Amino acid sequence: MIRSEPLLRAEGVTKRFLGVTALSNVDFELAAGEVHALLGENGAGKSTLIKILTGAYRRDGGRISLEGRPIDPSDVMDAQKLGIGTVYQEVNLLPNLTVAENLFLGREPKRFGLTDRREANRRSREILDQYGLHIDVTALLSTYSVAVRQIIAIARAVDLSGKVLILDEPTASLDAAEVTRLFAILDDLKARGLGIVFITHFFDQVYRIADRVTILRNGHKVATRPIAGLERIELVSLMLGRELKEQEEHRAEPVDVSQKPVVASFTGTGKSGRIAPFDLELRAGEVVGMAGLLGSGRTETAELIFGLAQPDSGTVTVDGKTARFSSPRDAISAGFGFCPEDRKQDGIVDDLSVRENIILALQARRGWAKPLSRKEQEAIADRYILALDIRTSDREKPIKFLSGGNQQKVVLARWLATDPRLLILDEPTRGIDVGAHAEIIRLIGELREGGMSLLVISSELEEIVAYATRVRVLADRRHTGELPAGRITADAIMRAIAAGQPDAAGDDDTAGNPARANQPIREGAA
Amino acid sequence: MTIPTTLRRVLPQLVALFVILALNTAIAPGFLDIAYANGRLYGSLIDILNRGAPVALLAIGMTLVIATKGIDLSVGAVMAICGAVAAALITNDHSLAVTLVATIGIGILCGLWNGALVAFLGIQPIIATLILMVAGRGIAQLVTEGVILTFNDPGLIFVGTGSVFGIPFPVILWIVIGIAASLLFRTTALGLLVEAIGINRRASMLAGIGTGALLMAVYAASGFCAAVAGIVAAADIRGADANNAGLWLELDAILAVVVGGNSLMGGRFSIAGSLIGAMIIQSVNTGILLAGFPPEFNLVIKAAIIVVILVVQSPASHTLFAFFRHRPRSEPAAASEPGKEAAQ
Repeated sequence: MIRSEPLLRAEGVTKRFLGVTALSNVDFELAAGEVHALLGENGAGKSTLIKILTGAYRRDGGRISLEGRPIDPSDVMDAQKLGIGTVYQEVNLLPNLTVAENLFLGREPKRFGLTDRREANRRSREILDQYGLHIDVTALLSTYSVAVRQIIAIARAVDLSGKVLILDEPTASLDAAEVTRLFAILDDLKARGLGIVFITHFFDQVYRIADRVTILRNGHKVATRPIAGLERIELVSLMLGRELKEQEEHRAEPVDVSQKPVVASFTGTGKSGRIAPFDLELRAGEVVGMAGLLGSGRTETAELIFGLAQPDSGTVTVDGKTARFSSPRDAISAGFGFCPEDRKQDGIVDDLSVRENIILALQARRGWAKPLSRKEQEAIADRYILALDIRTSDREKPIKFLSGGNQQKVVLARWLATDPRLLILDEPTRGIDVGAHAEIIRLIGELREGGMSLLVISSELEEIVAYATRVRVLADRRHTGELPAGRITADAIMRAIAAGQPDAAGDDDTAGNPARANQPIREGAA
Repeated sequence: MTIPTTLRRVLPQLVALFVILALNTAIAPGFLDIAYANGRLYGSLIDILNRGAPVALLAIGMTLVIATKGIDLSVGAVMAICGAVAAALITNDHSLAVTLVATIGIGILCGLWNGALVAFLGIQPIIATLILMVAGRGIAQLVTEGVILTFNDPGLIFVGTGSVFGIPFPVILWIVIGIAASLLFRTTALGLLVEAIGINRRASMLAGIGTGALLMAVYAASGFCAAVAGIVAAADIRGADANNAGLWLELDAILAVVVGGNSLMGGRFSIAGSLIGAMIIQSVNTGILLAGFPPEFNLVIKAAIIVVILVVQSPASHTLFAFFRHRPRSEPAAASEPGKEAAQ
């Protein structure tokens, strides 16, 4: 399958940013009809490499050739014309245009000098038919799910370019079924002779779809290997540059928190249309995992708890006193913290420095009139940069220049600096690299031992198993069950989610007390 | 400890100001002369400081609003309203204190109106403040009942034309308010919180910042500055002209903020930069007058000079400067032959 002359070849590619070397002498080859996975921790240089290949960045050194001819794409358009198309993680389409308009944006079919809408729609249908997507192409893009948009973005890129397709974390926000569908499409494109570069953090997917893998670390190429015969553990150690024990199913120690103080309790708390009323009691020193599919109501639960949305039923008790949170500000003054799922939109303040991002919540809670002195700010920032191993050259560096995992740690540090009693983490490990992933899991354990109460939402079941002391299971915007400590396995969680319906969960004695909307889960003194 | 960084931040603006002043000196030899007569300093430089006062005052509030990713188009109209209110009160035999307090109160109220539209109704700032920009002159005309309300109160006139230790009072006003605002925002956490809102309002709200109250406060501050500018402008001509007071000054104020190196995208801000920006604009105005160009050229020349300043400040030209500074001169073609560098 891999021919002597590769489709795309990069040799000795080097890129520096203001004196910092982001890529150093990297070689990369892509054959026609191959899926080539590009792996590396955050900050390893994956994005830099693809941005150079697609003309978004200019290289400082090295050669690129396409089908044996040297190329020098000066911008993204140029690269597209040469045959290199890219689909980014945040789909780069316009949600307020129709599907057809998106597919033909900038190259609308013309008739008498005017856009021929009918022709565009017809050809759009034709194109999408090849992808098994039979949708109304005259509907706005925003009416379709992320998965459909992803496929449309791929269709556009392939139609525009047709030789090389670069996918930057295309599966980050897709569920399992959607991933399968995407992979079927990739197999198809592969058979048509396209070369596909695939960036992801999910190893499973690398093994499912990739033919070869290239690993980058700190701007250097570590290795290119055929995926067949490559051990998972070897791949991890290539990425991390150190030996790593295969992640065994490590379980959190069962802990008895019945004697620990209740930090907050929610009785019949709910909001119609968002989440059915639920009961939840959060005690110091426990980690409650929240498991469920996308849209099952996990984030909605967190938002009610944090005062981001106001419940229309039930009572909230903090320290035995009834509380009403009309905004996150109120929740924060009660000692709550919340790391949101969408780090870029809701978490980081990207132009502010690492220091300022770390002290932001603490400063907001103290009020504007009681500023932390520069010395105090620096001390706090340094303490957390050290404690959480935040990789930054400088605490005054704007946070937007940090990698995803390090940004996540900064947001975590922002809350830890407020010394919260209850910390809510929504998908704390999404989109971050293996090393930071393990550190965050370790940190959750440490915080729990320190007496903090944690509520953690995650779609990674192994991860929940690793840190949760009990697991709340949600389905269809309801809390449908709970797994007590000692019964938490990925398998059990999966079955509880699948059971979904309260009766089904009730049959399985690993699931906790079943609940309906009108009959919320009751806390038992476990 | 922040003096070197603060200075570095406004250095391009200072350079631009000095270049304009040098040009002015070349055009009009007596430009730098300052004379002292009748207990007051005279000279072109003093004139620039004095004539630039309304825009400088507006620029202080505008800087804060723009830092929150907003904009306040209503400040010119608020100047007209406040001038009219001050004139109406003083001609109706209210005391100077009552007049000033009530006028400034009205200005703050105008700001709170803008702030409420932006913070709680979620209206885009440009539209929210456009409402008062359009309605404001009408309100001012209602207050003056359609005439230019003149007044003779020496106390009120002093605000526009008086001087303290030889320095015109408007100059003292904008410098003192500018320093006070800088101190207020930089010695407390207000500056950081405002910047955070401007960069990412939702993340700021989730971090517990009271975004609504802060936005209200910032627009109120802009209203306050417009009120002071309105009083200065009215006192200067001893009358309230609802049609022309502060006309188009909102655009000069925005320009001052931008020339001062602040981004319209919000975030990092420098009040000092904006004040220097206001002085650059006024120096250009004065220079054109001194050069004796026919008046019809004034606006075109002003625009040309501003374009030059903005081009020099633009990110694209910064990249260009950096390119020339960091590239070894022996290898100017490095970009086109990337292989060479890698081989080194």
